Amino acid sequence: MAEPWLDVALRVPLGALALEVSLATSAAAVGVVGPSGGGKTTLLRVLAGVERRAAGTVKALGVTWQGPGVFVAPWHRRVGWVPQDAALFPHLSVRENLAYAQADGLDEVAELLGVSALLTRAPRNLSGGERQRVALGRALLSRPTLLLLDEPFAALDRSLRARLAGQVAAWCADRRIPTLLVTHDERDLEPFSAERWEIADGRVRVG
Amino acid sequence: MTPDPWSAVGLSVVVGAASTVATLPVAVATAWVLARKRFFGRSVLSALVLTPLVLPPVVTGLLLLTLLGRASPVGRWLEAVGWPVPFSLTGATIAAAVVGFPLYVSAIRGAFEAVDPRLEEVSATLGATPSRTFFRVTLPLALPGVAGGMVLAFARGLGEFGATAVIAGNIEGRTRTIALAVYALLEAPDGKSALTLLLVVSVGLSVIALVGFELLNRWQRRRLELTDG
Repeated sequence: MAEPWLDVALRVPLGALALEVSLATSAAAVGVVGPSGGGKTTLLRVLAGVERRAAGTVKALGVTWQGPGVFVAPWHRRVGWVPQDAALFPHLSVRENLAYAQADGLDEVAELLGVSALLTRAPRNLSGGERQRVALGRALLSRPTLLLLDEPFAALDRSLRARLAGQVAAWCADRRIPTLLVTHDERDLEPFSAERWEIADGRVRVG
Repeated sequence: MTPDPWSAVGLSVVVGAASTVATLPVAVATAWVLARKRFFGRSVLSALVLTPLVLPPVVTGLLLLTLLGRASPVGRWLEAVGWPVPFSLTGATIAAAVVGFPLYVSAIRGAFEAVDPRLEEVSATLGATPSRTFFRVTLPLALPGVAGGMVLAFARGLGEFGATAVIAGNIEGRTRTIALAVYALLEAPDGKSALTLLLVVSVGLSVIALVGFELLNRWQRRRLELTDG
């Protein structure tokens, strides 16, 4: 079996409750499913390094990102994090958003995600689905070590959703970028051939 | 000597502008720390920043005089290096800066707090260090609020009276700003036309400042807009 790219043993506080995760994976992709408010988004934030309230250890790609006396800052982790509502920079154009980390391959990624015609637009003039695609592009272009996608296809219609999930999965597979994908629609996971992690009763289980 | 109204207007503008520009970096840094950092003593710092707002300006002036006057080591040092504070334009500028600081910081702090912290988080995951995130995301998004704070601080500095009178005196052509000239003119027998001029200029400047502040506020709201079309 290949070396796991992600090995977590965490206790993530969620209000009065907590989410316990003790899992490792070497699958190319992981799909996290579970009820709303179950901690899917918070788990992604912990892995991205922007949520520091979790206790425990995170090892990714052979490096300890979080552990006793260790906390690797998010700008050193270089994950491609796509938050659920895209979080585009409102003062930058679509092109500037995409190129925020770096611009090599911008045209190719814009083409892949179908946003080539939107490059000069301001984020406020985009639809929800367009914003999500730009956020995806921004993450893909950042040369990520791994991808953390939070409902990245949720604002898209069914046919576009399936096509885009397939294209992003192929893009990640080509570049061997491991992906952790949060979704409430398990059909998103098929093109990624993702291992399924299910959140239930405050625990994350495989299967 | 009857106060020269245009000299007072000129001095006020110089004092207002100098105090605003000189304290800009401190105001931005203080506002950012209060808006974004959680640390022991944050409430104390927050209260300290507001102190000049609640303290009578004359008392603020007296405190500044004690701290920076000729009787204090700092004051003696400033005088030795050619920057005497009492009865000087420097003193008037310091008084305006201190009295305007609470408004300055509050306006900028509000602008920083209005910036969604998740944008800064996304920037960090895209490899940006905290300083890069500050200069590429936080500050550009808060820019209208920073400009609004400058307008408020300038307007406050323009009209400063109490602290200025104590630390800088009321010296024609040197420290007699608009508010001090108005006070002097109230007692001058032939000061009516000069007084009218100063009142018109003061009201005019205040209106410009308030309209500017409101326009900047609107710009700030538009800049942060990212709602569904």
